[in-house]
Amino acid sequence: MLAVLVGVVILHLTEMIILIISTSVNAWRTHEGRSYHLWDGCSQTNGYKCNDINDADWLQAVQALMVLATLFCMLSFIFFLCQLFTLVKGGRFFFTAVFQILSSLFVMSGAIIYTVIGPESQKNDSYGYAFVLAWLAFPLTLISGFIYIILRKKE
Amino acid sequence: MPLDLTHSLHSQVSPSLFLSLVLLVSALSQAARRGRQTEAMLTLLVLTAVVLLSAAPRSDAIVVYTGWERHALVGSDVRLSCSFFSWRWTSEDVTFSWSYRPDGAKDSISIFHYTGGAPYVDNKGPFRDRLEFVGNPARRDGSILIRNLDFSDNGTFTCDAKNPPDIVGRPSSVRLLVFEKVPIQAGVITGAIIGVVLGLLILVVAIYYLMRFLVARRVFSLSMSKHGKKGKGKEGSQQRQKPKVPLVYLSF
Repeated sequence: MLAVLVGVVILHLTEMIILIISTSVNAWRTHEGRSYHLWDGCSQTNGYKCNDINDADWLQAVQALMVLATLFCMLSFIFFLCQLFTLVKGGRFFFTAVFQILSSLFVMSGAIIYTVIGPESQKNDSYGYAFVLAWLAFPLTLISGFIYIILRKKE
Repeated sequence: MPLDLTHSLHSQVSPSLFLSLVLLVSALSQAARRGRQTEAMLTLLVLTAVVLLSAAPRSDAIVVYTGWERHALVGSDVRLSCSFFSWRWTSEDVTFSWSYRPDGAKDSISIFHYTGGAPYVDNKGPFRDRLEFVGNPARRDGSILIRNLDFSDNGTFTCDAKNPPDIVGRPSSVRLLVFEKVPIQAGVITGAIIGVVLGLLILVVAIYYLMRFLVARRVFSLSMSKHGKKGKGKEGSQQRQKPKVPLVYLSF
């Protein structure tokens, strides 16, 4: 049915947008109104100097995982479009599903690492909207991956 | 180091250079007249090279080289290198001087001076008993070694070298950053993780396609020996299935 196709595509595009926003925007955590992380570690700027939060070994891991998740989501969308036109009748979209599930695993790992290790909580600290988006992207991509497993192509 | 073409062309065109230029231009015109293309191109190339080399700045400007930034751990030693480029030979009156400006301060103090063949290190300032001259002035190297670094040594070190009569030039600065522990540079781990995962992905895909190719080749050779043209027919029917609007449905 056309409705299923449109729904699946809209879901995938939504996840891609969410992942792109969550990865690129520096708003995983806010401190006194100023948001920072993943790419900008300043908690506050006094004049020209930037107070770095902490040594960011784990932060680089989160960066890498989020970038990989976004990349794999985009790749799975491309593969979905490819497989849509080249798959046999009745075939399943395994390739797409694999990439989508990998993407959800990467997002999950990144979000978990950030939650568990995370920057030291100071007063007036709170999680930013990009962090929420990352946690939202994980179940969405997982569900989408499972949908691709049970999806079949019709003539 | 700007290319001062007019200045160099006016001052440095020596008679020998002029003669060689004339010879090259005549050779070029002869080769062009005879229609020998390769010869003409080669002479043109040599001519351009000679013109460019002669137009290189021969002004009496000295260029000082130091690093841009140096990172070091607390308590360790750091070697700050300083070298210079000059068209003249290294004179005996070559001088090196280092000065230090702490982070946030406006003034700089002189901490090292080499002149008249002898080095003079700081014996009153912040680097007394910690500074050592490890350079070789004859080789245009004016490097210093600072021992037992502390956080208060963060700052900018400026090296000024003079090679009389080549004295016009800008001093060069190197910034010293003293760390508690060596920080992982931004992006190293990120790049490593992304690279490894993508590499594994490409490897898996390559292996998958290789297996499929090998299996297909074996199946093809088997079917060729047994069934003849039947195998090719099946592949053709598979490719015909390309609908205009492909539809999908869910099924467990």
